[in-house]
Amino acid sequence: MSYQRYCLVCNSSKCGHYSKAIADNIKHYLRENNIKDIKVVMTECFGLCKQGPIVKIMPDNIVYSGVKPMDTKEIVEKHLINGEVVSRLVHENKKSKQLKIVLRNCGFIDPENIDDYIEKDGYFALAKALKMSRMDVINEIKLSGLRGRGGGGFPTGLKWEYAYKQNSDQKYVVCNADEGDPGAFMDRSVLEGDPHSVIEGMLICGYAIGSNKGLVYTRAEYPLAVKRLSKAIKDAREYGFLGNNIMGSGFNFDIEIKYGAGAFVCGEETALIRSMEGERGEPTSKPPYPAESGYWDKPTNVNNVETFANVPVIINKGANWFNKIGTEKSKGTKVFALAGKINNVGLIEVPMGITLREIIFDIGGGIKDGKRFKAVQTGGPSGGCLTEKDLDTPIDYDTLLAKGSMMGSGGMIVMDEDDCMVAVAKFYLEFTVDESCGKCTPCRVGNKRLYELLEKVTSGKATFSDLDKIKNLSNVIKDTALCGLGQTAPNPVLSTITNFWDEYVAHVNEKSCPSGQCKELIRYIIDHNKCVGCTACVRVCPVYAISGKVREPHTIDQDKCIKCGACYNTCKFDAIYKK
Amino acid sequence: MKHVKMESYFSRLESFIDSLEDKKGSLITVLHKAQDIFGYLPEEVQSFVAKKLGIPRSKVYGVVTFYSFFTMTPKGKYPISVCLGTACYVRGAAKLLDEFKRKLEIDIGQTTKDGLFSLDGLRCVGACSLAPVVIIKDKVYGKVTVDMVEKIISEYKALGVV
Ligand SMILES: Cc1cc2nc3c(=O)[nH]c(=O)nc-3n(C[C@H](O)[C@H](O)[C@H](O)COP(=O)(O)O)c2cc1C
Ligand code: SF4
Ligand code: FES
Repeated sequence: MSYQRYCLVCNSSKCGHYSKAIADNIKHYLRENNIKDIKVVMTECFGLCKQGPIVKIMPDNIVYSGVKPMDTKEIVEKHLINGEVVSRLVHENKKSKQLKIVLRNCGFIDPENIDDYIEKDGYFALAKALKMSRMDVINEIKLSGLRGRGGGGFPTGLKWEYAYKQNSDQKYVVCNADEGDPGAFMDRSVLEGDPHSVIEGMLICGYAIGSNKGLVYTRAEYPLAVKRLSKAIKDAREYGFLGNNIMGSGFNFDIEIKYGAGAFVCGEETALIRSMEGERGEPTSKPPYPAESGYWDKPTNVNNVETFANVPVIINKGANWFNKIGTEKSKGTKVFALAGKINNVGLIEVPMGITLREIIFDIGGGIKDGKRFKAVQTGGPSGGCLTEKDLDTPIDYDTLLAKGSMMGSGGMIVMDEDDCMVAVAKFYLEFTVDESCGKCTPCRVGNKRLYELLEKVTSGKATFSDLDKIKNLSNVIKDTALCGLGQTAPNPVLSTITNFWDEYVAHVNEKSCPSGQCKELIRYIIDHNKCVGCTACVRVCPVYAISGKVREPHTIDQDKCIKCGACYNTCKFDAIYKK
Repeated sequence: MKHVKMESYFSRLESFIDSLEDKKGSLITVLHKAQDIFGYLPEEVQSFVAKKLGIPRSKVYGVVTFYSFFTMTPKGKYPISVCLGTACYVRGAAKLLDEFKRKLEIDIGQTTKDGLFSLDGLRCVGACSLAPVVIIKDKVYGKVTVDMVEKIISEYKALGVV
C-alpha cells in the first residue's frame, strides 16, 4: 500500500534507549486513532546525535529533536492528524550548509525495504547505464571528476578505464568497507542506512569494466551493516537486479560478502585482497596494481563504499551536474564523522571546498563547554592536524595534503585547549605500531623506535637531539616503508611537531605538559589553605599516598602517587590542583 | 558431559566446512564459524581446521594470530571492551581502561580467574557521540566515568556465573 506520510525514528546506537519506546508510542497512538496510511520507520543516524532522539516526518520534512516518549501523543494528534507542526520540538536547521548526495537516502528510507529505495529513483541509474556503451559509462564518471573516497583520492573513472582495458576471462569488483580509521563511521552508516545505493554503484562498475562478480569486504564488528546488506542483496536478487541477464540486457552480476577479522592494514587494497583469499593480510608492493592482478591474480577494481554510493547519482543526474559541486580538482561532497570536543557530534556531508570554520562552528555548533578550539585531526592515523590558522582554508584533497594532513576516509576529531598534542601524536602512533603487519622493517622497527622517542618526550626524559631524531626518523620511514600504513604513520608526529613546536619544547625544556595531560609530568598537590581534612581523598587513593590527620591539611607523597587523579576528582573543596 | 559437548561442536564445524562449495580461500570464513561455535580458537580446533582444509597447521596459526578478532583464550562470561578509538581517547578512555584493569586485576586480553570478566580494547564502535564508550557483552555504556566502573562491575558480579 502507499503511505500518506512517513514517520522516521532514529534507531542508531546514539539516540539510545528511547527510540524504541518512541516508535512504539507513535504506533500505539496511530492505532488508537485508527490511522493506517502513516508508516513508522526505524532509521539510521541523522547526524544530530547531540539533540537526539530525533523524529522526522516526511514528506513534510520536519525534524523534531530531543523527543521524549511522552511527546509522541502531541506529535501524532497535532501533526499527523491535524497537520499542525509542533513548534516547540522543531529542530532549528543549523545544518543548511550541508549537501546530501551520498547520504541522500539515509534516514529518509527504510533501509530494509527495496521498494523504498526504488521509489527514490533506485536502480534507475542502472537501467540507464545498461543502455549506454561501457566506455560511455566510464567517460561519464571520468567527466564527473569523482575521486576515491577511501583516502587516496584517485580519479575513479581512470581506475575503471584501466580495469576495463585488461583482457581477462574474469574480473572482480571489490567494495572496500573495512573502515579501520578509529573514530570514523561513515561507511558503516551508508551500509546501514542505504545499502542498495552501494549495490547499484557496484553493478554499474561491474557493467563498465566487464565483471560479473562483486565482493564487499567488511568488518565482522559491524553486524547491523552486514545484516542490512545481506537483506538488500537478497532482495535485489529477487527483483532481478542481481543475477543473470539483468533487466534483459544480457549482463550478469552477483555480490558476495567477505569478512575481515580486525586488522587495520586490511583496509589497504593489496592486503585486503590477500585477506579475502583467506591469508594473512600483508600488503604487497605495487605494481602490479589490483586492476592488473588482484583477487586470485585477476584484474580487480577496488573502490570505497562512499565512492560507489556516489555513482548512481552521477549517472542519474549527469556528470555536468556533479562537477559543478566542489572545487576545481575535488568534485562533489564528502561525508565526515565529526567527533571529539564538539557540540554536535555526528555524520555530516558537505560540499568540497567548505571551510573548517563552517564545519566546526556553524554545523558543529562550536567547541564543547565553551573551551578554545585547538586543532582538528583529519585522515585519522595517516593524517595530520589543522589549527586555528587553517580555519578559513577551503577543504579538499589537495589543500589538506598541502597542509601536511590528508582527506583520509573522513574522520574529523576536534581537540580543545585541554588536549596535549604530543600525547595525541603518540596515541595515533601507538595505533599504527599496534596495527603494523610486520612485513617491512621501516614500519615494524622504525615506528616502534619513533614511538619510544615520543614516550621519552611525554615522560620528560627527552633532549633536543631526540627531537631532531624524531624528525629524521619520521622522514626515513615515510620514504622507505612498503605500504601506506607505514609510510603515513609519522604524519601525525610531523604535523604536530610543525604546528605545536612550543609544546614539544615545553616537554623537553621545562619538563612540563602545558595541557596537564601527560601523566608523568603532572603533580597533584594539596592546597593547605583550602584542605579541611575531610579525609575523602585518603579513602579513594588506591596506593595510600595521602597522609594527614583528620581536620588538618593533608599531603600527597609524590613518590607513591601514580597520578590516577582519584583524589582530584573526589575533593569537594577544590583543594587539590594539578601542576 | 563436557566431552559430549565438544564433540557436538566439532561435528557442527565439520558439517559447516563440508557445506562450503569452494574451500579455496575459505580459511577466514571457517575460523569465524569456529570461533562462533567454540567461543575461542584453541590448538585442537586449529589442527582440526587445518586437516579439514588440507593446509598446514602453521598457516592456520599464522592467520589466527594475525587478526585481532580471533582469540586463543576463552573470553569471560561478560567480556568488557573499552573503546580506544580517537573520540573516546580524547574524552578519557585511557583512564577508564586503567580503572578496569585495576579493579579486575587483569590486563588487556586476559580473563579473571572466576571466568566472569575479560578485558579488551576496541577501536571505534561508531558511537562516538557517547564517548567514552564501554561495551559489556552486547550492552553499550556511554559517557562512562571512572566512578561508574566499580558500580558496573558489581552489577555483573551480582548476576554471577549462572
Ligand atoms: C593502511 C591503509 C588503510 C586503508 N583503509 C581503508 C579503508 O578502511 N577503507 C577504504 O575504502 N580504503 C582504505 N584504504 C585505501 C585503499 O587502499 C584503496 O585506496 C581504496 O579502497 C580505493 O578506493 P577509492 O579509490 O574508492 O578510494 C587504506 C589504505 C591504507 C594504506
Ligand atoms: S608499512 Fe607496515 S603495514 Fe605496511 S607492509 Fe610494511 S610493516 Fe606491513
Ligand atoms: S571512538 Fe569510541 S565510539 Fe568512536
